[in-house]
Amino acid sequence: MAYLDISKVGISFARAGIRTEVLREVDLQVERGEYVSIIGHSGCGKSTLLNIVAGLLRATAGGILLDGKEVNAPGPDRAVVFQNHSLLPWLTVRENVGLAVDKVFRGRKSRAERRDWIEENLRLVNMMHAAEKRPAEISGGMKQRVGIARALAMEPKVLLLDEPFGALDALTRAHLQDQVMEIHARLGNTILMITHDVDEAVLLSDRIVMMTNGPSATIGHILPIPLPRPRNRLELVEDAASVHARAAVLEFLYARHAAPALAA
Amino acid sequence: MSMTATKAALPPLRRTAEATTRRGSGHAGTLPRMAQPAAAPKRTPIGPKLASLAGSLATRILPPLVVIALLLLLWQLLCSRPGAGLPPPTKVLTDTWDLIVDPFFDNGGIDKGLFWHISASLQRVAIGFSLAAVVGVALGTLVGQSTWAMRGLDPLFQVLRTVPPLAWLPLSLAAFRDGQPSAIFVIFITSIWPIIINTAVGIRNIPQDYRNVSAVLRLNGFEFFYKIMVPSAAPYIFTGLRIGIGLSWLAIVAAEMLIGGVGIGFFIWDAWNSSKMSEIILALIYVGLIGFLLDRVVALAGNLVTRGTSAH
Repeated sequence: MAYLDISKVGISFARAGIRTEVLREVDLQVERGEYVSIIGHSGCGKSTLLNIVAGLLRATAGGILLDGKEVNAPGPDRAVVFQNHSLLPWLTVRENVGLAVDKVFRGRKSRAERRDWIEENLRLVNMMHAAEKRPAEISGGMKQRVGIARALAMEPKVLLLDEPFGALDALTRAHLQDQVMEIHARLGNTILMITHDVDEAVLLSDRIVMMTNGPSATIGHILPIPLPRPRNRLELVEDAASVHARAAVLEFLYARHAAPALAA
Repeated sequence: MSMTATKAALPPLRRTAEATTRRGSGHAGTLPRMAQPAAAPKRTPIGPKLASLAGSLATRILPPLVVIALLLLLWQLLCSRPGAGLPPPTKVLTDTWDLIVDPFFDNGGIDKGLFWHISASLQRVAIGFSLAAVVGVALGTLVGQSTWAMRGLDPLFQVLRTVPPLAWLPLSLAAFRDGQPSAIFVIFITSIWPIIINTAVGIRNIPQDYRNVSAVLRLNGFEFFYKIMVPSAAPYIFTGLRIGIGLSWLAIVAAEMLIGGVGIGFFIWDAWNSSKMSEIILALIYVGLIGFLLDRVVALAGNLVTRGTSAH
C-alpha cells in the first residue's frame, strides 16, 4: 500500500440548502519520498484537496491513509506551508519555529536539543541571520522560507505546500524552488504541492496530478516526469523530455480542460 | 474613525469590525501627532544629534505652549473686568496657591490636600477598572468565540451599555448600602462595555491562518488562548481598555459628587457649595491632566504588549 493513500475522496458543501460537490472520487497514491504536484485552474478544488489531507477539512466521501493510519484531524505529521506564510507577527522568526518545535517535541527532546533543532532548520533555509527579526521586518521570500523551516521542523511524514511560491516575484520564486529541491534531495521528504505554475510543476515534481474543472472536480490525468535529479532549470529549458512534459500539461490545461470562463 | 473612541459611537458587535481601528485614536481626543522627523541615523556626531532632538522638541512643544498662552491671555482679559462671573487666571493662582504647594496636608475628615482626594479617586478607578478589564476580556472572549453566546448576549449588551453611568448609582447604593463599593460598581459597569465589545471583535477577527496553524500544531484550548488568541486580539483589547479607562475617569467625578467623602469629585462639589470657584478650576485642571495621563499609560502598555502585532 502506498505511503499516502487518498482513496475515493469527495467533498460537498451545503449552503442555503444547495449542495455543491467540489471534489468527487479523487484517487491518488503517493510513495515515500515522492514529490507530487497538483495543478489545475482556479476553483478546481486543489486547495480543498490539500486541506482535506491536512485534516483542516473533513471529506464527505472516501478517506485518506497516511503510513497506514487514517487521517481525520490536523496534525504535525502533515505540516502545511501556507500560501501567505501564516507566521505569527508578534513572534520573532526563531519563536515562530520554536512554537512548532516546542509543541511537537516537548517531552521527546531536551530544551537544548530543541534549541539546536530550531537553529538547524533555520540554517537549512538560510534564515539564521534573521532569527531575532519579526515577520514584518523581513521580505516575502524570507517569510516563506521561515514557513518552510517551521513545517520541516515538525518532521512531518508528508509536507503539504499550498502554492508556496505564488505570492513571490519571479526571481525570488526561482531561488526558493532551488532551495526546496535541494532540501528534498537532502532529506527525502514526501511532498504534496499545489501550484498553478506549469514550469514549477515540471521542475520540481516526480509526478504531476492534473485536475479537471469543478464542480465535481477530479483527477483528469497523472503525468510522470522522468527527468533525472538533480535537475537544473537552465538545462531543462532545452531538454526534450522537459519540453514534452510542459507541452502535455499545457495541452491538458488549455485545450482539453480550458478554464471555465474561457470555455464559456 | 475617531468616532469609535466616544461611547455613543460604539457600534453594535456585528459591524464593529470596520469601525474599530487597530490602535484606535483613543479617548482623550488628543490632537493628531505632528509628523515626527526621521530618527537621526546611528553614529552621527553628538552635536547635530542634540540639535535635531532640540528641533523636534521645539516643533512639538512650542505650538501647544503658544496656544495655551494665548488662551490664558484671553481668559485674563475677559474675566478681569469688575463683576465677572469667574476669576481670572492670576486670581485662581493666588487663591489656590496653598493647595498647589501643599497637596499632602491632612486636617482630618474631608479637609485634606488634593493629593489625598485624587489618590482616593484613583484607587476607586483602579479597583473598578481592573475588575472590568478581567470580566470584560473574559466575556468578550466568550462572545467572540461562540456564535450562540454572541446571539444571546449581544442584544443585552447593546441595551445596557447605553445606560448613563450615574443611572446605576441609586441601584448600586441600594444593593451595597455603602458609598465606596457603589462608586466602584459604577466605574466597573461604565468601563466594561467597550472592553467586552472590542475584545469580541478582536477575537472574531483572528485570521483563519492563525487558527489553521494552531490546528496543525494541535495546540490545546489553553495554549490557543494565550499563544494565539490574546496576542492576536491585543490591539483590539487595548483599544477597549483605553476607551474604558477614559469612561471610568468621567464617571468617577460624577459619582463622587453624589456619594461624598474623600475624592476629587466631592472636592469639586464641596468647593461649589462654598463658592470657591478658583478651587474648582484648579481641580478641573488636575482632573484633565490625570485623565490624560491614564489614557497615555494604557496606550503605552498597549504599545509595549502589541509591539509587532499590528504590523503585517
